[in-house]
Amino acid sequence: MAEPLLAVRALLRRFGALLATDHVDLDVHDGETHAIIGPNGAGKTTLIGQLAGSLRPDSGQIRFSGEDITALTMPRRSRKGLARSFQITSIYREFSALDNVALAVQAHAGHSFRFWRAARDEPGLRAPARAILEQVGLGDRADVLAANLAHGEQRQLEIAMALATRPRLLLLDEPVAGMGAEESQRMTQFLASLKGRCTMILVEHDMDAVFTLADRISVMVYGRVIATGTPAQIRANAEVRAAYLGEPEAAA
Amino acid sequence: MKVSARNILLAAGLLLLIALPALAALLNQPFYVDQFRRIMIFAIAAVSLNLILGYGGMVSFGHAAYLGVGAYAVGVLAHYGVLNGYVQWAVAMGASALVALAIGAVSIRTSGIYFIMITLAFTQMLYYLGISIEEFGGDDGMRLAVRSQFPGLLDLRNGTAFYYLVLAILVAFLLLGHRLVNSRFGMVIRAAKSNDARTRAIGFSPYPYRLVAFVIAGAMCGLAGALLVNHTAYLTPEFMHWTRSGELMFMVILGGIATAVGPVLGAIALLLLEDFLSALTQHWQIILGPLLVLSVLFFKRGLAGLLPGARPNG
Repeated sequence: MAEPLLAVRALLRRFGALLATDHVDLDVHDGETHAIIGPNGAGKTTLIGQLAGSLRPDSGQIRFSGEDITALTMPRRSRKGLARSFQITSIYREFSALDNVALAVQAHAGHSFRFWRAARDEPGLRAPARAILEQVGLGDRADVLAANLAHGEQRQLEIAMALATRPRLLLLDEPVAGMGAEESQRMTQFLASLKGRCTMILVEHDMDAVFTLADRISVMVYGRVIATGTPAQIRANAEVRAAYLGEPEAAA
Repeated sequence: MKVSARNILLAAGLLLLIALPALAALLNQPFYVDQFRRIMIFAIAAVSLNLILGYGGMVSFGHAAYLGVGAYAVGVLAHYGVLNGYVQWAVAMGASALVALAIGAVSIRTSGIYFIMITLAFTQMLYYLGISIEEFGGDDGMRLAVRSQFPGLLDLRNGTAFYYLVLAILVAFLLLGHRLVNSRFGMVIRAAKSNDARTRAIGFSPYPYRLVAFVIAGAMCGLAGALLVNHTAYLTPEFMHWTRSGELMFMVILGGIATAVGPVLGAIALLLLEDFLSALTQHWQIILGPLLVLSVLFFKRGLAGLLPGARPNG
């Protein structure tokens, strides 16, 4: 079998005495949607941070597309095709939705030491940005200030910005968090439509979204990956049921 | 340019500045030409600070350093007999750009209060350097015996010609600044101010862009320093005093952070207020201080925010 698109080996990260990432091994194959689930505090966002490059691991290795990227900064990983949406909405609030996406396009359209021509008049930045806003369903909200978008729309904008970087691997940290039922269903459908276009790692608590989207699921508990498998295998895994899946069922 | 109430007001303001020497002559008050020349020189410095403070979010508490470096470049060259204005002003801008490169290379790696303190510390070093060099008058400074020479172009001893030169530079910098902040380059530094983590995540490394912005602002302010020393015909380390840096920040904040004309309005308002209050009482700072505090509390968007049609990120 070909080398996976993303290969994580023995990744380790401590915060003081806490092992937030405890010898994590993870393979994500080209084209798959890989969900990472686990209770709060399991270290999912810490793992995403290390994959995206905002957080340094203490040891271990991350290979992306056959290349060791463990030491690369976040901007360099982005240019290699790794994109991230944040758990807590992170957008340019005082710019329009279209500006937000156009900036992401600009980041991947050569250097920006261009001092004279107005960036907002460049069709090469605006047209692709507009097309992506259409795709995520924000086409008619392009000129609205990002701060004035509804919460769900801001989450869509996050994803639009990530897509604008034309990623090979999309890291989605709780894309449907805080959304209403209908909104989260729409977002899930949209993410399903991305399958085949890019590989995705999905951290999510919403089990409907996870079991709809994921080809494989890894379960994290206390910084360790305790199981990886297809949704059916994960459903059937006794250790997982005990550690995690039992909780929401018991609560419901 | 659209015809809007805002643009009509701005055009009227520009016309007023163009007509000012004639008006001053008509009223037999030549002092106004001098006063407004000084104001516009500080406006140039404030416009340059606004590029990094307003648009780039880099709160430099040491911007007077470049005012000083530009002034010293002219004064020191004149001291050694180099009087050609083109050479002097080119050296003033080049030296300021180099100093900004050195200060920026260190300080831009930090942020928040550390950035403020490092820029202040570097400027204090330059200030004490100015004080310590006896050859150039030390603490007392020295007279600029001959103003920068622009043979065949204009004579800076002619107050009105000098006034129009300053006005032309101010307008040119406003236009350049407008292009700059709306270009790809400008969008990157504004994005990095708005959300640094997001900017890195979409693939920008903000550091080189911030550094270049810092150097451009330093060079622009260096030219303001060259103008200032020609205006006062006197070179003093006081140009680099930290209270100067503070005044420049106030002009930007009072006028309206990250607005095109805000720093100009701020410079006019602050310096006229200073002149007016200091004529009333020698304790004028007691009145000025609270006024500034009130203005920051109540006009968060500055004087430019009072203009019709003002909007963020225009």
